[in-house]
Amino acid sequence: MLTAITFLPLAVAAAVLLLSRSAADRLFVWIWIVTATVDLALVVVVWTVFDPGGGVAFEQAVAWIPQAGVGYHVGVDGLSLPLVAVTCVLFLAVAVYSLRETRRVRSYVAVFLFLQTVCIGVFVALDLILFFLFFDLAIVAMFFVIAGWGHGRRARAAALKFFLYTFTGSLALLLGFIGLALAAQPHTFDIVALTDANPVAGRDGYAALVLLAIGVGLAIKTPTVPVHTWLPPAHTDAPAAGSAILAGVLLKMGTYGFVRIAMPILPGAWRRYAIVLVVVGVISVIYGGLVALAQTDFKRMIAYTSVNHLGYVVLAVGAAGTLAGSDGQARQLAVTGAVTQMVSHGLLTGALFLLAGVLYARRRRYDMSAFSGLAAKTPLFAGVTAVAAFGSLGIPGLSGFIAEFQILTGSLATQPVATGIALLGILITAALLVWALQRVFLGPLRIPDAPGAAAAFPDLHPSELVAIVALLALALAIGVAPRFLLDVIEPASRTLVDLVAR
Amino acid sequence: MTVLAWLLVVVPLAAGGALVAAGRRADRAAPAVGVAAGMVTLALAGVSAVSRPAASAPLFTGIHAGLRVDGLSAVMVVTVAAVTTAVLVFSVGDSALVSARFFGLMLLFAAAMLITVTATTLPLLLMGWEVMSATSWALIGFWWRQPRRVRAANTAFLSTRSADLGLYLAAGAALAGGAASLRLDVLPHTAEPWLTVLTAGIVVAALGKSAQLPLSFWLSRAMEGPSPVSALLHAATMVAAGAYLLLRLHPLLAATGWAGPAVAWAGATTALLLGLVAIAQTDLKQLLAASTCAQVGFVVLAAGAGGVAGGVTQLVAHAATKALLFLAAGVWLTVLGSSVLADLRGAARVHRLVGVTFTVGIATLAGLPPLSLWAGKDEVLAAAFARQPVLYVVGFAAAVLATVYSGKAAWYLLRSGVGAEAGRRVGSRDVSVTTGVALVVLAAAAVVLGVLALPGPARMLRQTLGVLGEPAPRGWQLAASAAVAIVAAVLAWRWTGTRVPVPSVVTGWLTRWLDLERAAHLLVVRPTLALARALAAFDDRIIDNTVRQATRAAVRLARAAARVDDRLVDGAVRQATRGGLRLARTAARVDDGGVDGVVTAVAAQARRLGRAARRPQTGVLHQYYTQLVVALAALALLLLLTG
Repeated sequence: MLTAITFLPLAVAAAVLLLSRSAADRLFVWIWIVTATVDLALVVVVWTVFDPGGGVAFEQAVAWIPQAGVGYHVGVDGLSLPLVAVTCVLFLAVAVYSLRETRRVRSYVAVFLFLQTVCIGVFVALDLILFFLFFDLAIVAMFFVIAGWGHGRRARAAALKFFLYTFTGSLALLLGFIGLALAAQPHTFDIVALTDANPVAGRDGYAALVLLAIGVGLAIKTPTVPVHTWLPPAHTDAPAAGSAILAGVLLKMGTYGFVRIAMPILPGAWRRYAIVLVVVGVISVIYGGLVALAQTDFKRMIAYTSVNHLGYVVLAVGAAGTLAGSDGQARQLAVTGAVTQMVSHGLLTGALFLLAGVLYARRRRYDMSAFSGLAAKTPLFAGVTAVAAFGSLGIPGLSGFIAEFQILTGSLATQPVATGIALLGILITAALLVWALQRVFLGPLRIPDAPGAAAAFPDLHPSELVAIVALLALALAIGVAPRFLLDVIEPASRTLVDLVAR
Repeated sequence: MTVLAWLLVVVPLAAGGALVAAGRRADRAAPAVGVAAGMVTLALAGVSAVSRPAASAPLFTGIHAGLRVDGLSAVMVVTVAAVTTAVLVFSVGDSALVSARFFGLMLLFAAAMLITVTATTLPLLLMGWEVMSATSWALIGFWWRQPRRVRAANTAFLSTRSADLGLYLAAGAALAGGAASLRLDVLPHTAEPWLTVLTAGIVVAALGKSAQLPLSFWLSRAMEGPSPVSALLHAATMVAAGAYLLLRLHPLLAATGWAGPAVAWAGATTALLLGLVAIAQTDLKQLLAASTCAQVGFVVLAAGAGGVAGGVTQLVAHAATKALLFLAAGVWLTVLGSSVLADLRGAARVHRLVGVTFTVGIATLAGLPPLSLWAGKDEVLAAAFARQPVLYVVGFAAAVLATVYSGKAAWYLLRSGVGAEAGRRVGSRDVSVTTGVALVVLAAAAVVLGVLALPGPARMLRQTLGVLGEPAPRGWQLAASAAVAIVAAVLAWRWTGTRVPVPSVVTGWLTRWLDLERAAHLLVVRPTLALARALAAFDDRIIDNTVRQATRAAVRLARAAARVDDRLVDGAVRQATRGGLRLARTAARVDDGGVDGVVTAVAAQARRLGRAARRPQTGVLHQYYTQLVVALAALALLLLLTG
């Protein structure tokens, strides 16, 4: 089942490339939409069948390179299933949004379908090499998206920077993986086996080095301060659809790696160095928020808020590794909140990036000072952006609050000072987002001249509206009735908290 | 029963959400839908005040979202629903506001308050609390085309949210201190030192929401919103929420030695200072806003002094009175285009109904007997007296100030002047029926609630709230406050309009709301923005640059390696080729025979090898990269096979 979900988009991508180049652009996008819908439907089936208390489900293991302990092993649990689901939702939304794409649509659809396969692959992989393979291929595919469909010549530089930076990170990750595999007897890359074996227990120095390699690799991907500077240019110059996927799915690979690999396989080292994660998390929260506050470019600002939002995740997983003076409930809340934040950030920031794309599609620019009072001309655009922004700044009713409340409440017990500082992040994001809303959408109407002939500034097109509202509707559902999601995450986070504590 | 509890919050929430989502298409239906939803909510509130429903649903690990209408909540839900309905009915008559966005947001605003006052657990309370902040932003900035109104909305939102952080802190502290369910009734059992953190967080959040010192300034800015928004925000939501929270959690305040007195003094100080600020105002809406801080200060004082009954009486009486006064001010603002007191002279004489109801409201605000705020204030002061006589004295002085600023407003509105003339010129447009109904109902409430001063009703309220043992005002206290209020009102009437012997520095400072907003700008906003800009520059120039430099260094290293490669390694290959050639030539010379062909072939092969060896040294970074990966993979494989 998972294999089908994972590789269906890839198969369709191959089929798309076989189709004639002369077929209508829309046909390709519709093929993509249908594929993404089928994939999402399959995930919904998995979700309904899935038993949250039963651990890893839908497992499939095939020997691949048995001499090296490498296998094709996939499966989902409460940590990965929500991310698989949000990946499929985001790709469907992006597919609908892309109905208005006109540049080399056939290859565009093929690259995105390929990207969908590798993104799902990362979250279902239960083998380190398989994980690494998908992780790296996602970087490659995203490189092509940014370089091929980004904004002009700067996009190629941004894409190269993104590629080199995150690729360096993934090399560090690979080194860590090899270190893990070598420590296990017999050598294996299987995540489940490694988790059971706790291979580096008692070898403190070795465990620290392995955690360092894995930690650096994941931190670059997340990204956390100070290894985040690839993110702003990559986002600013990527196409809207690429940005939404980059923020919504690719960044989660870093934080997911913490909960899937680093925490359960290296519990001892994780506990010892949790404070480092906490500090990095808090710095990311505050620093990311403040730098975002100073931005004048709408999309760049959203990019920096990602540093802030994912900083909370890092803080939470760090706090969950601090055992001193806390009961399991607090740590479990923190971990559940961290996973919820990954889902929530995917939906809300995905929506915000698509909204930034709406701005670019009309005027080819993001600088907020050029616009003013757009609400008068485009009430829908303004209203939807306001909802997304308030969701992003953590107003209850949308998913961001559900995530951040759990993270902050759960982390305060073990890390009172750090969490107390991180609380200020909520205020900073509130300030920067209402300020941005004011600058772009409120006040007297001012629209810059169009670079081309099209002087009109139309409100959201149906495809844009459907894609963005679908994401926000899901965020609303999680914000109002979060149990359907938390029921899936909570047993898994309890297991994880126990694994870290052993 | 469970259904009723949910319905009470879901009806306004759903109706409001639907109206906002429908947008302009629903503009025409909005007043009818809004008022109907308000009335249904009021009916539900009435029923639940009697039947006391409760509901609960799991929310987080070990934490529920609970709703319950108990005695205190019963009073609050009826107050909130009644004021909301009255304000919505009033708004039907204001053509500038008849829109789905306005009615929808007002319903959401009220629904958030209903959640806040019925929540039994901290997370649900916080949800209502924060949604209220967000909707207040949208309502204060309702006329978003004018930047100053949006700026005011931002100020209000960010100021209250900075205080809201206290609630997040409180939630974490409660969990850490063993109150794992985060139920409001177990919070006082939290273990130290978390109890201190928890209480501090709650107090900060409540004081900020209630616009107590030092965050009072946001309420001044909130006046940029439409008058019905002010009416609701000052009477039954936002500022009332903070006071409610303190009344609800008075056992928590009692559990720590310091919190009760601290809260009581915060309330008393605000009542006193903001009373002075109110007197110094020259604009009716600003005067009323400052008086809200001061009047809610009495509620806060009551919560700190342990006088829940007094606090509730004051809160409810103030809700009716202040909603009425803001709506009346709104009528004049619409008709006369101004809320400056000097422009309004005599305005109360023109629109008879508005004038009469306003007079009732301002007399209530002045604390004149036997109106409701006179009763409420004395209940509060009785609790203060029982706790600390000094508090009583400060509170009494603040009550006198209330009489003075009310007298000042009355003096302007009731004496004939420019407002009356302007009013007569535009007088043909009399107030609509709906507006009149809303004003009359609120005025009646402001008067009738005075019965709470009578022993019987006061006892009933105490019974409802479950606080029978609280001190009641003694006869001499009631008599003294009544006498002083009347004397102060007369003096205020006499002295308004004459020059006061106070230096202009002081009056200016009071008029500008103690310069609190400027202080917040200087001390918080500007440094934060400066820091943000500095960090952004640091991010671009230092952090990113370090990475760029490192990349450049790597490239330089690669180039150097390539050069070495070209000169030495490739040179060696070339030399070898040349040597081979030379050897071949020699061999050719030696042996001109059949081997010649073979040698030439060897030479050509060597040349090709040389070219191949040169090929990887392209100087292109990503190709080096690929080679690096291949090498690393090979290394890894080697490690694997040997390890």
